[in-house]
Amino acid sequence: MAHHGRTTSESIIMETMNEKKHKYGMVIDLDKCNGCGACTVACAVENNVPPAVEKMNSRNGITWLRVSNVNQNESFTENDTVFVPMFCQQCEKETPCLTVCPQNAVDIDPNTGIVGQIPQRCLGCRYCMTACPYHARYFNYWDPQWSDGMKQQLNPDVSPRMRGVVEKCNFCHGRLHAAKEKAASMGNREIDPKEYVPACVESCPNSAITFGDLNDQTSVVAQLSKQGNAFRFLSRLGTEPKVYYHSTREWVRAMAEQKGPHSLRDSQFSAEAIHG
Amino acid sequence: MDKLFIPRGVQRTSLPKFLLWLLPWTGLFAVGIYAIYLCLAEGLFHTNMDNRFAFGIWIFMDLTVIALGAGAFFTGFLLYILRKKELSAVINSAVVIGLICYSGAVLVLMVDVGQPLRAWFTFWHPNTHSMLTEVTFCLTCYLVVLLIEYIPIVLKNRKLRQIPKFLVFEFELHKLMPVFAAVGAFLSFFHQGSLGGLFGVLRGRPFAFREELGIWPSTFFLFVFSAAAAGPSFIMLTTLLVEKLTRKRLVRSSIYQFLGKLSGSMLIGYVLLKSIDTLIWINSTSPGNGFPAFEFYETQSFGTWILFSEIVLFGLFPALILLSSRLRMNRVLLFGSAFLVCCGIMLNRFVMTIQTLALPTLPFDEFLTYAPSWEEVAAFLFVVAYGVILYSLTYRYTTIFPQERELALGRNEEHGELSAAQSTDDGSRQNSFSAKTVNRTIS
Repeated sequence: MAHHGRTTSESIIMETMNEKKHKYGMVIDLDKCNGCGACTVACAVENNVPPAVEKMNSRNGITWLRVSNVNQNESFTENDTVFVPMFCQQCEKETPCLTVCPQNAVDIDPNTGIVGQIPQRCLGCRYCMTACPYHARYFNYWDPQWSDGMKQQLNPDVSPRMRGVVEKCNFCHGRLHAAKEKAASMGNREIDPKEYVPACVESCPNSAITFGDLNDQTSVVAQLSKQGNAFRFLSRLGTEPKVYYHSTREWVRAMAEQKGPHSLRDSQFSAEAIHG
Repeated sequence: MDKLFIPRGVQRTSLPKFLLWLLPWTGLFAVGIYAIYLCLAEGLFHTNMDNRFAFGIWIFMDLTVIALGAGAFFTGFLLYILRKKELSAVINSAVVIGLICYSGAVLVLMVDVGQPLRAWFTFWHPNTHSMLTEVTFCLTCYLVVLLIEYIPIVLKNRKLRQIPKFLVFEFELHKLMPVFAAVGAFLSFFHQGSLGGLFGVLRGRPFAFREELGIWPSTFFLFVFSAAAAGPSFIMLTTLLVEKLTRKRLVRSSIYQFLGKLSGSMLIGYVLLKSIDTLIWINSTSPGNGFPAFEFYETQSFGTWILFSEIVLFGLFPALILLSSRLRMNRVLLFGSAFLVCCGIMLNRFVMTIQTLALPTLPFDEFLTYAPSWEEVAAFLFVVAYGVILYSLTYRYTTIFPQERELALGRNEEHGELSAAQSTDDGSRQNSFSAKTVNRTIS
């Protein structure tokens, strides 16, 4: 099976290593987000997230993308509010969930920077959920169930997860694969950036979410991430998340950088998960 | 038939009484089995755990019982490796307790994970960077070691000893015990530590995250020390409990003194390390991550009283009592201190699991509470019931306390004099065996 003096597997490894390194990330403009929840719904439909069952609540249900309504808690006329979509922040450095998994069910694709979850290998120990500071990982406490009609709408590109495993946002991995296949069918090694857009980005009516390659300095997402009003949640933990937020409102940026875990007790902000 | 299995030279309660004792525990065991069935067959939605409280009472219980069961490895290490012969009086009991604690923990872990049939995946493609991998490997191996150590205890049964092959096997196993003790001590050291490391490595949970010493976070070493302190105390308490329930003396007072001193010595080391670790965490680690440590204690339930209780009330206080030979002579102080040590371990494991998860990390997240469901409590009690049943059966049909016979005969423990059998707390037992047997047993 020699191929130019190399075995097939060696060729595959060499090709993978030579592949252009991307670093996919997002910038979410919180000033544009009105908390409609379209992203949450689009995410669930795209990724075959099962509908809630009777006893499910916001704490034990599955939502890869939840939207929290954070209030400034000022008087009625002075009060301001912000909607914060929160999902896997795709930590790049010392990824908290990666090292803790006992059976390598969490991985990082070196060519995309995407933190992946392999449900077929997951033991369901939930140690990764304990490790995640964003609470962006979800456990299947129930068997996934769809009604007969809904089964017809399942996305054939994404495997549904079974009971007892953890799942999370993976920047719509199914769409990345589809884009790669399309590029390959056209004889291209690289995908067209327009072909790979996660469902939440596509569905946002206010275009609040920008997605792209942070390594590509000409991309909109890379430029937005470097603007003065861009910030990341819990950046002080040093995990280098690849999801940025953006707001011109000072209190929103201050809230994100809030030192200490108990800002709520100081009655500065109050939050409620409105979608998820 | 039952009498044939009861060891010679000791008194056991009648079979109906024994069965009556087992009845409520069997009931509890059955309820636990039903709860476990619900969780395995229908799903973990039967628990009150959720995506934020991903660990609950089960992980807390696992950490606690594994710490309390540490007496097995620590006693084995001291007896077989460091040749502390005094501990032969409690080694069998320590092994039984260790087996109960570890097997109970593994049983509940198998219910706690979402896909228990995939447990072997950890052995097949392990992530060598994960503390949980280390825990899984060492826990499984040590459970096998405990089972091997338990076999000779069972084979000592009067009836089983009549089978020559068993007798030879038990004899040969005994010769290998130092090897198993050494392997057990090594494995136990690592998994006790790795259980602490589980939380110390959580960079995303600044309340639990600790500085590294070598490749391990400081909690690794704290868990080893605290478990070594709690193990002897728990052996003391269980032995005392068995003495009270059976109304007889099972070990000499000097053994309790020795165990108390042992527990106190380990505890004072732990308190010292814990204090240094806490100071480093308050002044460097936590603020370095942008979380002033005092803010973690501002919630109504988890104030600084927890930290005070952990270090002073359940740490320094019992350690000083246990280290004082004068205070140790007072049985109330001795066993009271042992009780405090065990409470301290429970509190520490509670803090590491429940408090860590209750505290918010995101600036707009709220402090969350969690109360276990009846299924979680029932599975917890299942382990307790399982432990009581296994211990009771082992106690009834084997001699897990080698000094029981001697003490039953009223042998003066200070001078080694044999006093009259009538002076024992149950004089009637002399009728159950001949004088010849007694002499042979004692000699």
